[in-house]
Amino acid sequence: MLPLLWLVPAIPFAGALTLAVLGPRMREKAAAVIGTGSIAVSAVISLFIAAAFLTAPPAAGAYTQTLWTWIDVGSFRPAIAFYLDALSLVMMTVVTFVSFLIHVYSAEFMRGDEGYSRFFAYMNLFVASMVTLLLADNLLLLYLGWEGVGLCSYLLIGFWYQDPANGLAGRKAFIVTRIGDTAMAVGLFLLFHNLGTLRIQDLMHAAQSQWPVGSAYAIAAAALLLGGAVGKSAQLPLQTWLPDAMAGPTPTSALIHAATMVTAGVYLIARTHVLFALAPPVQFAVAVVGAATLLMAGFSAATQNDIKRVLAYSTISQIGYMFLALGVGAWSAAIFHFMTHAFFKALLFLAAGIVIEALHHEHNIFRMGGLRNELPVAFWTFLIGGCALAGLPLITAGYYSKDLILWSAANSTAGGMGLWAAGMAGVVLTSLYTFRLIFLVFFGRLETAVSHRPGLAMTVPACVLAFLSIVGGFGKLPFEALLATALPQFREAGGGMSEALASAAAGLAFLAGLLAAWYAYLQNPSLARSAAANPAGRLLHRFWFSDWGMDWLYDRVFIRPVVWAASANKADVIDSIYDGLAGAAALCYRLLSATETGKLRWYAAWIAGGSVVTLAIVMWL
Amino acid sequence: MFPIREGFLLSGVLFTLGVIGVLVRRNLLFVLMSIEVMLNAAGLAFVAAGARWGQPDGQVVFLFILAMAAAEVSVGLALVLELYHQYKSLDTDAISRMRG
Amino acid sequence: MILLCLILIPLIAGALAWAAARWSLSACRWIALLAVAADFVLTLVLWGSHSPAGLGTWLAEADWEWIPQVGIRFHLALDGLSLLLLMLTFFLGALSVLASWREITEGVGFFHFNLLWILAGIAGVFLAVNLFLFYFAWELMLAPMYFLIAIWGHENRVYAAVKFFIFTQLSGLLMLVAILALVFVHHRATGVYSFEYQDLLGTTMPPGAEMWMMLGFFIAFAVKLPAIVLHTWLPDAHTEAPTAGSVILAGLLLKTGAYGMLRFVLPLFPHAAASFAPIAMALGVAGILYGALLAFGQTDLKRLVAYTSVSHLGFVLLGIFVWNPLALQGAVMTMICHGISTGALFILVGALQDRIHTREMDRMGGIWSTAPRLSGAALFFALASLGLPGLGDFVGEFLVLLGAYRQSIVLATLAAIGVLFATFYALQFVQRAFQGPNTLNWRIPDLVPREGLVMALMIIALLWLGLYPRPVLDTFEPVMARIEQMAPGR
Repeated sequence: MLPLLWLVPAIPFAGALTLAVLGPRMREKAAAVIGTGSIAVSAVISLFIAAAFLTAPPAAGAYTQTLWTWIDVGSFRPAIAFYLDALSLVMMTVVTFVSFLIHVYSAEFMRGDEGYSRFFAYMNLFVASMVTLLLADNLLLLYLGWEGVGLCSYLLIGFWYQDPANGLAGRKAFIVTRIGDTAMAVGLFLLFHNLGTLRIQDLMHAAQSQWPVGSAYAIAAAALLLGGAVGKSAQLPLQTWLPDAMAGPTPTSALIHAATMVTAGVYLIARTHVLFALAPPVQFAVAVVGAATLLMAGFSAATQNDIKRVLAYSTISQIGYMFLALGVGAWSAAIFHFMTHAFFKALLFLAAGIVIEALHHEHNIFRMGGLRNELPVAFWTFLIGGCALAGLPLITAGYYSKDLILWSAANSTAGGMGLWAAGMAGVVLTSLYTFRLIFLVFFGRLETAVSHRPGLAMTVPACVLAFLSIVGGFGKLPFEALLATALPQFREAGGGMSEALASAAAGLAFLAGLLAAWYAYLQNPSLARSAAANPAGRLLHRFWFSDWGMDWLYDRVFIRPVVWAASANKADVIDSIYDGLAGAAALCYRLLSATETGKLRWYAAWIAGGSVVTLAIVMWL
Repeated sequence: MFPIREGFLLSGVLFTLGVIGVLVRRNLLFVLMSIEVMLNAAGLAFVAAGARWGQPDGQVVFLFILAMAAAEVSVGLALVLELYHQYKSLDTDAISRMRG
Repeated sequence: MILLCLILIPLIAGALAWAAARWSLSACRWIALLAVAADFVLTLVLWGSHSPAGLGTWLAEADWEWIPQVGIRFHLALDGLSLLLLMLTFFLGALSVLASWREITEGVGFFHFNLLWILAGIAGVFLAVNLFLFYFAWELMLAPMYFLIAIWGHENRVYAAVKFFIFTQLSGLLMLVAILALVFVHHRATGVYSFEYQDLLGTTMPPGAEMWMMLGFFIAFAVKLPAIVLHTWLPDAHTEAPTAGSVILAGLLLKTGAYGMLRFVLPLFPHAAASFAPIAMALGVAGILYGALLAFGQTDLKRLVAYTSVSHLGFVLLGIFVWNPLALQGAVMTMICHGISTGALFILVGALQDRIHTREMDRMGGIWSTAPRLSGAALFFALASLGLPGLGDFVGEFLVLLGAYRQSIVLATLAAIGVLFATFYALQFVQRAFQGPNTLNWRIPDLVPREGLVMALMIIALLWLGLYPRPVLDTFEPVMARIEQMAPGR
């Protein structure tokens, strides 16, 4: 089964190519079959590969498949080659499977859109790029997938291109992530220059043997890779693109948030964990970035009124948890949270999509309400997803993964109680904004009439994901055992918090958030309104609502100067040098031609004067 | 000894007079006459120099100048006549057609 | 002999096409197309028949006496580098004949005459290994290009044509002076007059003189390339030229500058070039950033694309003067891919201008809804231009950056930021022209099959170069290795 590995990215790519070439003449049904079918085949193959990998693990826990040498210049010989170990196996399986469900859902969601086949072409390309990224054996191929997902996010966010705002959001996503990518590219130069290869496994061995812990090279390399990761994963300070990315169709958001794109940064750090272990300051920075991001995004999420933006900030916050886990060395906890998050976040977006479509593309949660009985499937699936997101103890998958991260943060040698406390505050916030959302949308009075009810293609994927959002957490122990073949074990510092205590604290934090939301939005709705009405509250609300003013700051500091410089220099200031030269020549011409007056006596005078001067020069000089 | 100094001085004075005549007179006839004066001033210098060093070359050149001056005057006068027919004027400033 | 054919076919076909235009315009077009296609096939045959081991030496040679007294010979020779550039020449040449099939309706015969003679001149530049012959071919490119811009150009064509001519002619004269100086220096050292490339290699010369002669060559090539500060003829010429003119300017004429650097500046004057390298690299990086910023500020589509050339050729200049195998190969790769991707953009902009009679982006928008294939192709080439991995341009630029990092971390980082800048203008291009609302209600026909074929060929070429560039890299690798060994201190 393993030699079929190359088909996993190749089939979606072929699907994208077919749709791009033949798409415009294709009927919707054919486009849906090709688009969804290619991902289905890819998902089935990856399931088979997973089975084969688990039953008969390859030697050294990894399987490499080289297709061809990509570039061959001296010692620089990256190949188009795939590398499969437990880490990439888990990621690949989750990505293809969740993507498949999202594709099924979009086959119905996008019905009647004029760019139907184009949509599926982009989606297929998205999955193909993501799988390439995950399976890449060298950093250059990983970079190909990396830029590929950036491109697809741009294309899909700006999918409804006729509204310039969507185009702007798409470009923002591409450019902001590409800022990170530039840092990452410089990191690749550094790694190749100093270690002489870009094959990830060789790099890790070389780094381990050549660089001591804390060496400047390791720190620089890890920091540059981190730059790429924060861009793709929407962490501080490059998180601003993700909330705007909600401009795309809802299945796109599901794909970006759950399966592809934003988890790429997490994957990159996990993949190159050796470098981060060699650079403790950078690894600590990863944890700090994660903790800060999860708090900031939590506050922002609690103030949004667009259902998708709430979910967007919740993604930023949850990725923050993954970064926190990576930063404290709990590698497998991060990947575990990636998996559960992929399930419940895809679920939340799909359910939100059902709600949005049912209400004439209404996004404002204050104009929703009482949908509990109108859209039961959406309600129950959203509730399950929300509980998983907030971490309902003992039942949901999100609880297990988040609990593991919090406990690791408290007990890690690199972590400490500060990080743990930040994570804990994050749990309260998560629970608060999640239930705020649920109470506002599904409880209370019916605000907008339901006009459209979802079909099977939309409800079934949501139900499957709801199921996974619950059972996904129970596989914690085998999951950790599997990942132990690819990632180092978590190193526990002595004398930390006991597991039971950490779990209880997380449960209490969840309950606190739930109660607060219940009190402020269901029991006593005027409370939230009056809190937002007083001056300090309003200021704070606006501050959090606008993502801590970072968009505003970037606009003033980076965007406007560049745009101004470009438009001010539209005519190219260097050209004025040559215009000046041409002007000087023209001036000389005019001066000389002015002497040609036609006055004979002047000519004679010039001749006489000239002769006298010449004679004088000849005689006295 | 031939007084070369005085001869050259006279020639210089005559030449200068000729130049001034060309520059200040506007009538073409006077311009032509001034040119004649300049030519003769040059001729005088040649003759003076020939006499001073006892060589015939100076006088030979003066003969050339005479021939050249005769040709020049005939062509010049013809042009002047033609100009007068066309413009009814001999003012050089009035017939300035060679402007750049 | 086959080399002589490469030059003679377009020369003769040009005259034939001009004559044929009196009777039938389509005959004229077909003659031009077939001649260029025949040349392309010839280069393909040459490429297919070479033995990998022989790539380091001349693959083919043709040598006749011309003015033997002073060592001027009609000497053509071909190695891996010139072979690939010739393939690019005739590939783009054929496509630009196709692209002007409907655009040119007046003076068809003379147009194709000029087009083919430019191609002959370019082929001569890539083949000549006698400096006198090289200069001859160098000047042969100019006059037909001047006519192409001045006769079939757009609104401001005469200004652009004159500017182009003055810039290239003056810099060409500097090169002529440098060539003569080099020949005299060589004569003083050996007692023989020779314009032969092989003879002049390794001429011993005083350092000061070497620097001046190097500068003479460098400026001539830097104008063509164009390096920043000397680039201002380019946006005007590209913008005003007809589509075929823009394609050939961007795709080929600029490459002759880079080719000259690789073939003459580095090998003939290694020491001077090495000490000048930091300045040249800085110019390259400055060009990358400045060109990208200017492209971002433009509202005229053709001008935008023209400035992207300044940016991309900055990578080439950087790569050449970084002077290590990675960067040199990256520079050549960038030359080839830039020729295709920018050529395609010019063809697309030309096709669009043909349909809506404007190049102003403010008067566009929403084209996607009415011409999806055209817009999709534009998106593809815009992505190639911003250096998307998997397409050819990325391979070249990444190799240049990787090589440059060895030389200077700062310059490599700045150049990498230039790649980021490319995102700005490329996305701006797609957004303002093709996306957004169709406020002016454009209803235009999509790509016709002829244009579709052109685009498909270019897309396939770029994908191939991006995903499997090895055959191409292998072809010029020995040449680059030789140039690399000429670096002083190696």
